[in-house]
Amino acid sequence: MVIEISCVEVWREISNYIDEATDPELRDRMEAHFKVCRHCSAILDGTRNVVRLIADGAEFEVPTSLSKHIYAKLDGQLGKS
Amino acid sequence: MRFRPSPKVQAYYFDAQGQRPESELVDGKPDKSLMWNQRADLRLILLEDRLESSHSMVSVGPCYLDLTPSGRQNRQDMSTATPQPAPMEDQLIDRCLGGDHEAFYELMRPYERAVYFAAVGVLHNPADAEEVAQEAVLKAFNNLSKFRREAKFSTWLIQITINEARMRFRKDRAHLYESIDEQKTDEEGDYRPKDFADWRDIPSEELQRRELREALKRALASLDPKYREVLVLRDVEHMSIIETAQVLGISEGLVKTRLLRARLQMRDALAPGIDGSWTTGRAEFKKVRPW
Repeated sequence: MVIEISCVEVWREISNYIDEATDPELRDRMEAHFKVCRHCSAILDGTRNVVRLIADGAEFEVPTSLSKHIYAKLDGQLGKS
Repeated sequence: MRFRPSPKVQAYYFDAQGQRPESELVDGKPDKSLMWNQRADLRLILLEDRLESSHSMVSVGPCYLDLTPSGRQNRQDMSTATPQPAPMEDQLIDRCLGGDHEAFYELMRPYERAVYFAAVGVLHNPADAEEVAQEAVLKAFNNLSKFRREAKFSTWLIQITINEARMRFRKDRAHLYESIDEQKTDEEGDYRPKDFADWRDIPSEELQRRELREALKRALASLDPKYREVLVLRDVEHMSIIETAQVLGISEGLVKTRLLRARLQMRDALAPGIDGSWTTGRAEFKKVRPW
């Protein structure tokens, strides 16, 4: 039988759960909780979505001049024109 | 296996001379549609040296894949891809220390983006982050002889960048960003994710990718820097907990605590859009409202 877990405890571990860094026993308890708690289940989905969105990296812009400026600085140090 | 995003491998194109053709960039990024094209005169340089554990391909450091027909075959099946012999980082470092400065350019190239994002993680100001990225690269160049090779070069480089960015942050108080949640976020205490009632409806037709970028910027800016830097290193740069702890000089437990806080705050800031319009058409994002 799975021991119940509170919402607050779930929130504390939700990031580790997404990273699959919780021990199996805690994972089972959290999964049982998600089945019955729509609030925590929504928080899990939302947080996982955020991680996915950020990890995608496609939404982060890198300045087009970055590479040029980095090497210009190095060139300056090395006395290149 | 730990969750990993599918577009794990980021890549830029380089021509035979090692230059990045401007024409291949769209908004400063490689045109992803070209990633699978048939051009044989361009090479991909992978910026990600850690692949999914589900992939059997093991790669340490950046590697090159050619875009010849056989190279294309390899890209279609990453598990069997055979990178062409790549200059190893150790060799590049040795060459650089031996006076071959060109080797440093080659050494640095795969990490430009990572250096920039590490600086953004602390400063959240693109102009400052770019300057810090330059300073950090210069510092890495000048101190390369002090790199003891106990850690990965990338970890050492990011550590230098974080330190530079923190110095800039402390020096320039104008860039001190107040966290919108700072008042109620005691690091030791629990963070209470917002309830659904706080979420706003945003009409889907009004939200485009540019708005998502802006929303991401705002959400990141709203984070306290100590949370933002962990989030960037972990979720943008995909560093491990251990590496993140090393780079930031904090315990692994604190990395986890800050990561949790950062993710939940980002979720609260972005939930309305993710719930609705920003991800329209992207099936991988689940609806988060239970009704």
